[in-house]
Amino acid sequence: MTDTAAERDLPSTAACARPTAGGVALFSVIAVIGLLLLFAPFVFSDVRSTQVAARICVFVVLAASYDLLIGYTGIVSFAHTMFFGMGAYGAAMGLKFGGADWGHLLLGSVGGVLAAAVLAVLIGLLSLRVKALFFAMVTLAAGSVMMVLASQLTSLTGGEDGLVYSTPRLFKPAMKLVTNADGEAARLFGVPLDGRLALYYFVFIVCLVVFVLLARIVRSPLGTVLEAIRENELRAEAIGYRVVAYRTAVFVIAAVAAAVAGVVWAVWLRYTGPDTTLSFDIMIDILLMVVIGGMGTMYGAIIGVVVMSLAQSYLKDLMSAAAGATSGVPILPHLLDPDRWPLWLGLLFILLVLFFPAGIAGTLMKKGSRS
Amino acid sequence: MTAPSIETRDLTIRFGGHAAVNGVSCAFRPGELTVIVGPNGAGKTTWFNLVSGQLTPTEGRILKDGVDITRLSPSARAKAGIGRAFQLTNLFPRLSVLENVRLAVQARHGIGPRAFRPARAYRDIAALARAHLETTRLAALADLPAAALPHGDQRKLEVALLLAMEPDVFMFDEPTAGMSVDEAPVILDLIAGIKKDGRKTILLVEHKMDVVRALADRIVVLHNGELVADGAPDRVMALPIVREIYLGLPPEDEAA
Ligand SMILES: Nc1ncnc2c1ncn2[C@@H]1O[C@H](COP(=O)(O)OP(=O)(O)OP(=O)(O)O)[C@@H](O)[C@H]1O
Ligand SMILES: [Mg+2]
Repeated sequence: MTDTAAERDLPSTAACARPTAGGVALFSVIAVIGLLLLFAPFVFSDVRSTQVAARICVFVVLAASYDLLIGYTGIVSFAHTMFFGMGAYGAAMGLKFGGADWGHLLLGSVGGVLAAAVLAVLIGLLSLRVKALFFAMVTLAAGSVMMVLASQLTSLTGGEDGLVYSTPRLFKPAMKLVTNADGEAARLFGVPLDGRLALYYFVFIVCLVVFVLLARIVRSPLGTVLEAIRENELRAEAIGYRVVAYRTAVFVIAAVAAAVAGVVWAVWLRYTGPDTTLSFDIMIDILLMVVIGGMGTMYGAIIGVVVMSLAQSYLKDLMSAAAGATSGVPILPHLLDPDRWPLWLGLLFILLVLFFPAGIAGTLMKKGSRS
Repeated sequence: MTAPSIETRDLTIRFGGHAAVNGVSCAFRPGELTVIVGPNGAGKTTWFNLVSGQLTPTEGRILKDGVDITRLSPSARAKAGIGRAFQLTNLFPRLSVLENVRLAVQARHGIGPRAFRPARAYRDIAALARAHLETTRLAALADLPAAALPHGDQRKLEVALLLAMEPDVFMFDEPTAGMSVDEAPVILDLIAGIKKDGRKTILLVEHKMDVVRALADRIVVLHNGELVADGAPDRVMALPIVREIYLGLPPEDEAA
């Protein structure tokens, strides 16, 4: 009874009226993904799976913050990996040149994140008032300059080779969180309670916190203003919203989120180089993740990242298995050769876009809404 | 006499060589409803765009309560109390009807320090938005996307957004254009209601003569971007030049 009364009072919006069947399916899938990520070290004992899980956590933050820009506010930026890289290089330099302790990690991270925020303010104020295409060009140029800087300033960034460093002691594999009678790391469900575990949960928790903050922003009144700007920027301005200020604010928020993801990624990998943070391949990945997941849905980022990461990590294995299984058949083994994996990834994208025109999350949420 | 709330001085805007608004000087006071008339392309919408800030004049000044606002952004003018409804429906198409209005209420009242709460938790803002939907008879359609509304209802929503801004200066640009005969009175009654309040300045671009007669305290006539007549309705409508350009009557027909 009280439930229905509360429901009647709540203004439901067009976007999130009564949950649809597809919406329920979507949130079940997301809940399962969330649980798997939460217990990843216990569910998947091999190093590679934990690596995939950590990468998923980091890229969910990257994709979600990118969705805040492109999906919610309609800002097209190619500088997202630049901000990601600034966070990563900040943490990396702190650990490399300062020392592998919390103080220097914090110093480097805050430095990297602040630098990203300041650069985002500058780019935003200087160019968010111009045409969207021009803004996209500016971000592309900024990203390229940052890539050149990272590879040229060898003494600071390690150039093309990047930086290798160690992390605070807590995250070292040899670290024992809890020792047993033999003086070894105690085990929980067979998983050693060591630095690897601490490191995974550091990644998981930071990413979860940033994602929850981003999800709250889009549900807050600010989120509606961002959508209004995407829908009709002239009218948003006419009813009293300073469009440039909102756009700049959102660009800064997204940049900070990306930079924090970079910090976490740098700590996880113990290595930071142009290929792990700044490359345009990563930028394209983020873009595809958001499109596949569903622009302007926030939760779509999770789906998109999981689909892409699984495809990128396991498609080759799947294909070599399939090629082996079909070795007697004429052409098939050649098509299924692991070296052809980009072909199949491309095919997967085309199919996804065909069957989920609004992205997986976007399309699912609309399914069953005509009841 | 009260001081003008809106005033334009020698307001001019040229697109290339063509002056769409040319040296228009006029002032409008609170409590006064002025209908602006003129043939198509006379510059009515362009003059509105200059006042509400969508366009920046080539020459001249705009004052709100005596303060120069010529260089202010549209959002700053909205905050200063200038509200505008558009001739061509100009909404947030994929947001719901309620959200469209809620955005305008939120712009007017602010959201306070707890910006992180879910938007739907702001019941005071939603309640105000719903009240504006009641006034414009759109309450039943609150959850539909704006783009799904029929034309007449989109025009009403256009007006609901203006009401939600709670401005001191209301600018309506042909608010009933394309509305059915039973829809138009909702809007006209509403405008009459705002007028009754007596403290608001109302500017209304309208072609329908019965509407003009029923509501206007004053008529301003624009023609080719210039202000050609300004005064009490009876006097202005009787001017030969007005009959010629606005009613399309050649002057010699007047005698007939
Ligand atoms: N942005 C622009 N660029 C070039 N010319 C413009 C622009 N805006 C308006 N004009 C021109 O200015 C003139 C006045 O147009 P405006 O829309 O103000 O007329 P109006 O009086 O509102 O007419 P209507 O009754 O048809 O709405 C027209 O000749 C129009 O073509
Ligand atoms: Mg017009």
